[in-house]
Amino acid sequence: MSSQDRPADSKPAVQSTQEARMEGTDDRFNSKLREAFGSSPFILTKFDQFMNWVRGSSMFMLQFGIACCSIEMMATYAIKHDLDRFGAGIPRASPRQADVIIVPGTIVSKFAPRMKRVYDQMPEPKFVVSMGSCTISGGPFQQGYNVVKGAEEVIPCDIHVPGCPPRPEALIYGVAKLQERVANGESSPVTVKPYELEQFGDLEQDELVDHLAEDIDRETLVMRYNWADSP
Amino acid sequence: MSLEDPRDTEALEEELVGVTNEGVDYDALEDLLGEHVIGRESHLNAEAFVIRPDEVQEVLFTLRDQAGFDHLSNLSAQEYEDRYESVYHLKKYNDPTQEVTVVVPTTKRDPRSQSAEPVYRTADWHEREAYDLIGIEYDDHPDLRRILLPETWQGHPMGLDYDQDQPQVVSFENHANPLEEDHQDAESDTMFINIGPHHPATHGVLHLKTVLDGEQVADVDPDIGYLHRCEEQMAQSSKYRKEIMPYPDRWDYSSAGILNEWSYARAAEDLADLEVPEYAQVIRTMAAELSRMAGHMLAVGTFALDVYGDFTAIFQYAFRDREKILNLLEDLTGQRLMFNYLRLGGVAWDLPEPREEYFEKLRDFLDELPQTVEEYHSLLSSNEIFQIRCVDTGVLEPDVAKSYGATGPIARGSGIDYDLRRDDPYGYYPELDWDVITEDGSDNYARVLVRLQEVEQSARIIEQCVDLLAEWPEEDREIQSNVPRTLRPEEDAEIYRAVEAAKGELGIYMRSDGTDSPARFKIRSPCFSNLQTLPELSEGEYIPDMVASLGSLDIILGEVDR
Ligand code: SF4
Repeated sequence: MSSQDRPADSKPAVQSTQEARMEGTDDRFNSKLREAFGSSPFILTKFDQFMNWVRGSSMFMLQFGIACCSIEMMATYAIKHDLDRFGAGIPRASPRQADVIIVPGTIVSKFAPRMKRVYDQMPEPKFVVSMGSCTISGGPFQQGYNVVKGAEEVIPCDIHVPGCPPRPEALIYGVAKLQERVANGESSPVTVKPYELEQFGDLEQDELVDHLAEDIDRETLVMRYNWADSP
Repeated sequence: MSLEDPRDTEALEEELVGVTNEGVDYDALEDLLGEHVIGRESHLNAEAFVIRPDEVQEVLFTLRDQAGFDHLSNLSAQEYEDRYESVYHLKKYNDPTQEVTVVVPTTKRDPRSQSAEPVYRTADWHEREAYDLIGIEYDDHPDLRRILLPETWQGHPMGLDYDQDQPQVVSFENHANPLEEDHQDAESDTMFINIGPHHPATHGVLHLKTVLDGEQVADVDPDIGYLHRCEEQMAQSSKYRKEIMPYPDRWDYSSAGILNEWSYARAAEDLADLEVPEYAQVIRTMAAELSRMAGHMLAVGTFALDVYGDFTAIFQYAFRDREKILNLLEDLTGQRLMFNYLRLGGVAWDLPEPREEYFEKLRDFLDELPQTVEEYHSLLSSNEIFQIRCVDTGVLEPDVAKSYGATGPIARGSGIDYDLRRDDPYGYYPELDWDVITEDGSDNYARVLVRLQEVEQSARIIEQCVDLLAEWPEEDREIQSNVPRTLRPEEDAEIYRAVEAAKGELGIYMRSDGTDSPARFKIRSPCFSNLQTLPELSEGEYIPDMVASLGSLDIILGEVDR
């Protein structure tokens, strides 16, 4: 219903809290939504769809910095670019409170198991934005002896934002795209390669593993890097 | 400081050996070392004495105490076909142009030499790195284990026969308590706590193995290497002329890229004997100072975030001002963060057209700056809470700072008057009028003050550069000298050159083998040495003070780990 259907003497849409409490029913919450749906206060939608919309409209990011890209990521959160305008900008310090992890930088052998652990600690559903060339392929350090060739070697990624570093605008675009997809309920095409990231006991028992078996606790998270077959 | 104090006190009274008006008298030093010297080399920056691997400490003690070389700025280790070599680069804090190099060769079969750690505390980490990447072992070293690579790593990747394709296994282990049993044990009341590598206060991916006794830090062991992305290997496999330049931007990525580029440019230009036109030097100086300002803004903003979680005010203010600088740099270089603007022999291109407009923007920015800095002072340095958190916490005595090789705002905050821009002049700095800032507080507060004042000094420098550039006659605007398409510096030339980057002395050691890419490329990172002081700053202090100290050290992990 549009405004011309309203009785001429209807109250102004905005009221102060105090005024609203003074007389009659409190209709502060009635404004736009009530107008749009007429007299019925109900909206019919699928719960799934509703949840997707909610998820996409309010994403908590994990405060997670790795390398140079994280400087641009901070600039994206901060003044001028202000990612929060899009309902996706509050960095959470704990993975337990975060929906989205932006992976901003080069992942090296020592860090990959830690990143995997942080990712594992995030509650479902969780989403990954990989930021920068390093998280796509290793970027400028692709040839390095210690550099993991992209985030997808370790965790699945929903959106890749290319650039070295991507500009804040590009990161915002990436996040907005992710929000759009989440809101539409599109699940990400998970292209993760099953990296050999398992309990130590499951690793192929070769010479190197045997050699290290004495030092490493069997319960611990262990990664094996097959540099020769990396992309 | 020395264990052999009699010599120490004598040296103070005596004249230091080898000091002349024309720089270092290497013959006098050779006489001083006498029998220990088994050979002599000429590096482009200084003479080098070759010594036996089991006499390292004696030689370094002599050089430190009797010749006054109190700054071990770098250790570059490398493997040759027939030997290993540890190259110690020594300098003096009060005159860094006085340098001497000590070369310690060891055999291939048993790469073992004496540790320099008792002489210079900073050698601790440097030697661990040499052990980790090259495979040289140091006798007498207090704690020789891997530093950048995981404990389980197989082989030494910067050695000659390393097979990069071999698989590696890395585990996520629970770290053992470095001091004693964990608190679960009834006997002990210390508690072991891991801070990082993913933690908001660690400025990236630093891992601090901390032992607490109540609220106090009993022991802290920084565990680095979570961002070791093989910068040296990358440089060694790239060509001098253009391929190496993009990498320095990624060492200290707090927008201090131009300063890093300059360190490579300076070393490579001296190695290949290239001229830089004066006009390009002025542009470099201006761009470098803009970078420094942006780097310091980030440092101040994140420091405020660390000490009182101030995400909404100072952090945002700092980013607002940083954005302005980034816009100026973007106009100049075309990039916000990874500038890649310097070239060997000059800069990539001239100032953006229309020049007048660009100068106008720069001047507007500089005009507003005093007010901005004033704002920081009223928000930050005159804030009582801030003062309570920072004054007298994280104290770093000048002597300690020197033995750890601390440089930059860390050293200057401890009253050490050391700034390579003035003491080892390069670029256009000697022609300009500016001051080196020092503060005597030695605490977290002093370091912040140094940074804020350096921002003002940078502004002074930029202002003078803008005036110079605006007046510069059009026909003289030479941005690059003639540089051969392929650079092949002379075989076996070795050089160590440093510049004053945002965090301190950023040096490059290069050895050429006559080809068009370096045979050894070693980065002396200021953050690496500065971070080493963290245990000194924080042991015995409360844990929040440790976080503040870490913030005031202003490390960038990309540069620590390289
Ligand atoms: S993509 Fe580029 S800017 Fe980003 S982390 Fe990698 S090297 Fe740094």
